[in-house]
Amino acid sequence: MKILVAVKRVIDYNVQIRVKDDGSGVVTDNVKMSTNPPDDNAIEEAVKIKEAGKANEVVAVTVGDDKAQETVRKALAVGADRGILVKVDGTVEPLAVSKVLQKIVEKEKPDLVFMGKQAIDDDCNQTGQMLAALLNWPQATFASKIEMKEKSLEVTREIDEGLETIEVNVPAIVTCDLRLNEPRYASLPNIMKAKKKPIEQINASDLGVDVKPRIEQIKVEEPPKRKAGIKVASVEELVQKLKNEAKVI
Amino acid sequence: MSVLLIAEHNNKELKPFTLNAISAASQINEDVHVLVLGSNSDSVSKAASEVPNVKKVIHVNNPTYENYLAENFTSVIVKLSDSYSHIVCSANTFGKNLMPRVAALLDVSQVSDITKVISEDTFLRPIYAGNAFATVKSNDKIKCVTIRPTSFDPAPTSGGSAEIQNSDAGDATDLSKFIKKEEIKSDRPELGTARVVISGGRGMQSGDNFKLITAVADKLNAAIGASRAAVDAGYITNDHQVGQTGKVVVPDLYIAVGISGAIQHLAGMKESKVIVAINKDGEAPIFSVADYGLEADLFDALPKFLEELNKLNTIQK
Repeated sequence: MKILVAVKRVIDYNVQIRVKDDGSGVVTDNVKMSTNPPDDNAIEEAVKIKEAGKANEVVAVTVGDDKAQETVRKALAVGADRGILVKVDGTVEPLAVSKVLQKIVEKEKPDLVFMGKQAIDDDCNQTGQMLAALLNWPQATFASKIEMKEKSLEVTREIDEGLETIEVNVPAIVTCDLRLNEPRYASLPNIMKAKKKPIEQINASDLGVDVKPRIEQIKVEEPPKRKAGIKVASVEELVQKLKNEAKVI
Repeated sequence: MSVLLIAEHNNKELKPFTLNAISAASQINEDVHVLVLGSNSDSVSKAASEVPNVKKVIHVNNPTYENYLAENFTSVIVKLSDSYSHIVCSANTFGKNLMPRVAALLDVSQVSDITKVISEDTFLRPIYAGNAFATVKSNDKIKCVTIRPTSFDPAPTSGGSAEIQNSDAGDATDLSKFIKKEEIKSDRPELGTARVVISGGRGMQSGDNFKLITAVADKLNAAIGASRAAVDAGYITNDHQVGQTGKVVVPDLYIAVGISGAIQHLAGMKESKVIVAINKDGEAPIFSVADYGLEADLFDALPKFLEELNKLNTIQK
């Protein structure tokens, strides 16, 4: 069993986003970057499966510029065996990423592909489902529990109404929710070891995939600011304000 | 130029967010057709036909569609797509699961989670957990769009009489299989559409303490929400989570109790009309979005809050 895990480098989840003055996007210069949080869950799950003796190789792949290599390196430090960086410059939409990943899947022939359910930068929530469509594989999205069976997976999914359990044949795509597991931290010795693990570099253009964006981004703006509120001194005052001023109760 | 809207339902009735998505769809183009894929779902296609904004209902009634499996839904939608300029559904877990699979097969770059229709090809959508808004234009021949339901009013449910056309099932696959759904039943209003929401966070300290929230929710006929921290800690089930990766709510009144206000939580509630924060940490970021902030220990404040509500002669429901 071989598991391919797709990871993305994004602005760290703790960073307060600033919109560029010219409306062309958000400020990324000198901003802390890290792995997209649910992608950490995807790596963790794959490594756990390998540690349980149910997989023999975990390969981490990312699509991005040279610096995206850091994200692959981090995956290697927590247990992935080797990495792949597919190089592209500028914005890549989920459709293009899924086409690139399709080529990588054809080359690597994994049994499972894991990734986070959503990237916290563009909030698209598309890539896993698109890759599943292009490969005609089943998809188990928003996974909070994965059980390995003989030739299938039983996956518990977090949905609006509660939880849903489905069974998907292998090969399959799983997109991971934040509650799937608790991602581990990389230890210093493992970070050192990860530096020796191989990362293969491929140019997206060599894969024959057109990664040009299809969607025109016309402008990016700040959200409307909420007017500053007030602090109330007591519960009594709060209830009076809600009743007589805001008129919501 | 017609819009194909994929209905979300439980084979008996339309899910409420389908009505919000219909509103958004009719802002794109008035010729809105609703696709109902279901099993023994005649009451759903009838309900859809009675929505005045709907011009036609396409009903595919087949046991294959008893449960949502994107693998089975996709082939029908792709087959119908030729006659449409837009394919639309709600950006909830139903639509998020389904639409990208359709878009990829049509070689379309999807526009996710729009909050405004600017024109038939240009939309507004939040990015970075709502900390920025992007205006985007889709240049694909067919546009695949998911709608943030809480940003659009629900369409009226009666007065229409659209034609219902029965259509054939698509190819069924055995790639995936439904096993079970653990749906949490509650008499409370649904979190996504409730007029009042009261949410608890890590500050609640235990699942048992959520009874303080429940008591206030009962009084205000409110839905109960939670921060990710409270769900992760096991205080409450995942269907209550409000935030970037949970649900987005826009109630008239949102009461955040023991929630510090991480940007990921704010993403799910900061459009609420009136926000109340109860937190003992006066520096908590939740106060920066609150209309009324009460710096207090929630274990004192919540019982007192209920007491004060009980003193009121009338409470809006």
